[in-house]
Amino acid sequence: MATSEIAQDVFARRVQRTRRWSLAGAIGRHAVLLLFSALALFPLYFMIASALKTNSDFADNQLGPPHHVVFSTFHSAVSGGDMGRWLLNSLLITAAAVIVSTALAAAAAYPLSLMRWRPGRWLLTLLIALMVVPPIVLIIPLFQMMSDAHQLNTYRGVIVIYTGIMLPFSTFLLVSFFSTIPRSLLEAARMDGASAWRTFIRVVLPLSVPALVTVVVVQALWVWNEVLIAVVFLQKDTLRTLMVGLTLFKSRYQVDVPVVMAGMLVATLPMFLLYLGGQRFFIRGLTAGGVKG
Amino acid sequence: MGAPRAIALTAPVTRGIIPAERAFSMSNTARRMKPKRGIPWLYAAPTLAFVVLIFAYPIVTLIRYSTESVGTSQYIPTRSVGLANFRYIFGDSLFVRAIENNLKLFLCVPIMVILAVLLAAILYERPRGWKVYRAILFLPYVLSIPVVGVVFGYLFTYNGSVNEALRSVGLGLFAQDWLGSTKWALPTIGLVIIWKELGFGVIVFNARLMSVSEEFSEAARVDGARWWRRLWHITVPQLVPAIAFFAVVELINMLSWVFAYIYVMTLGGPQNSTVVSEFYIYEQVFQNNVIGVGAAAGVVLLGIVSILIVARTTLERRLSAYGYE
Repeated sequence: MATSEIAQDVFARRVQRTRRWSLAGAIGRHAVLLLFSALALFPLYFMIASALKTNSDFADNQLGPPHHVVFSTFHSAVSGGDMGRWLLNSLLITAAAVIVSTALAAAAAYPLSLMRWRPGRWLLTLLIALMVVPPIVLIIPLFQMMSDAHQLNTYRGVIVIYTGIMLPFSTFLLVSFFSTIPRSLLEAARMDGASAWRTFIRVVLPLSVPALVTVVVVQALWVWNEVLIAVVFLQKDTLRTLMVGLTLFKSRYQVDVPVVMAGMLVATLPMFLLYLGGQRFFIRGLTAGGVKG
Repeated sequence: MGAPRAIALTAPVTRGIIPAERAFSMSNTARRMKPKRGIPWLYAAPTLAFVVLIFAYPIVTLIRYSTESVGTSQYIPTRSVGLANFRYIFGDSLFVRAIENNLKLFLCVPIMVILAVLLAAILYERPRGWKVYRAILFLPYVLSIPVVGVVFGYLFTYNGSVNEALRSVGLGLFAQDWLGSTKWALPTIGLVIIWKELGFGVIVFNARLMSVSEEFSEAARVDGARWWRRLWHITVPQLVPAIAFFAVVELINMLSWVFAYIYVMTLGGPQNSTVVSEFYIYEQVFQNNVIGVGAAAGVVLLGIVSILIVARTTLERRLSAYGYE
């Protein structure tokens, strides 16, 4: 009796101690997460809060919320320059490059992942090695090539370059996704007498819609945010992409911080919405290398 | 940020690297489709054409340029100069500083790894709202570098919010023109890079932890092992392959994917204190028109990246020898 009471007492105390510790632990964990979340969100807050202020309000009160909310900054940001034009350029270039490279990558990933093909292994290794070539290294000769072919300052030129630079990564990602398609389905298609092409269109692609969306989302983010190639190959003001335009925009409105911030917000919105809508695709595409399978 | 580093792809991003053997071993070779001769080449042909056009031919041309004084008009013809371009860049204090600056940015990587492991370990315990926290922590990675650069540019000016905050808590002594001082500009850029890329590490580590068996951490929790011990003895060992992946991707980013940060925030200044190798090459080729010199610097950069890839492959083999996959 006595021993069991003592045992119970010891047990109860241990539970109490664990509870107290776990409460302290929970508070600590949330404190760390809240601190880093605040740091991650702060620039976004700064953009929104500043964009809603007048310039004089901003001068007195940089960090706080606006005293009077104004929206005129957005009007000045969009109407006062080539923002609309740049936005269209970015949309066009991103859409074209992403569609072309996803289609070509899917076609190449098909034999690489699902067909018996000797050189395939070797080609895949090559593609993986190419993923890490620094873009600046390619741009020197590409600039000469594009110049010789009279393709500087054309949408076509940059779309070809973006497509090419993205292809190794996209192909690789699709190879790893296609490889998880159950073999029995492919064999069933073959039993039914389907050709390789029919199997690709009717079986492989429909089963890979989430994978294709992942590839599209990751690529769109990359092209949308790319700066170096856009700076080098699109040097006319009317052809600039939004991200390059923004750096011009900043120097033009240097003194009017709220207008600059309104412009930044407008430029961020498309990717922000894409992120909110397709978060799991982002996460899956970007972690594909670090996680087994 | 990579190229389709995503990777760059930052690219991509994001731009992940996975050993070919692993991607291949996932598919069962014995049960692959048996195509007619030539069919696989047909499907891969457009991609291979792009690879030749955008990668193979340019790399060969780059190596040729590095041994030439490339002519820029019909009056200045191209002539071979042997290794003179390489002698020039290694004698150029600006190039040496550019490489040093890239190497200094390497210091961001261990900081990011430590913070990301800590945050991923906390998220793994699924505190209330962990998915919301994860989405917020990953948000900076989705924002574009020009936007981030411009916003931080304002925050870090002499009369900007960071200094104002310092003054308001009586630390006005430390107020700086952060991006305008030769001493602080590069560390400030490093800080912005850490801020932006940290979320990528968090989700890579988080995804890895969720894909491995929970029984070890459960067992340790039941045993009453304390948090730090669990972190060090159970969580970190499980993360080793993911840490190796993330560290190599980020090291490559620090070498070959920081142009946009420099271009938007400092343009290499003040007094060339933030010139990195990408920016050096850009200036030599597109501002000074000495293409051969830029190409030689490009070859050196390519060489350093290749060393990192070899290191990564070796590391991967070692890890698999110890039973990691």
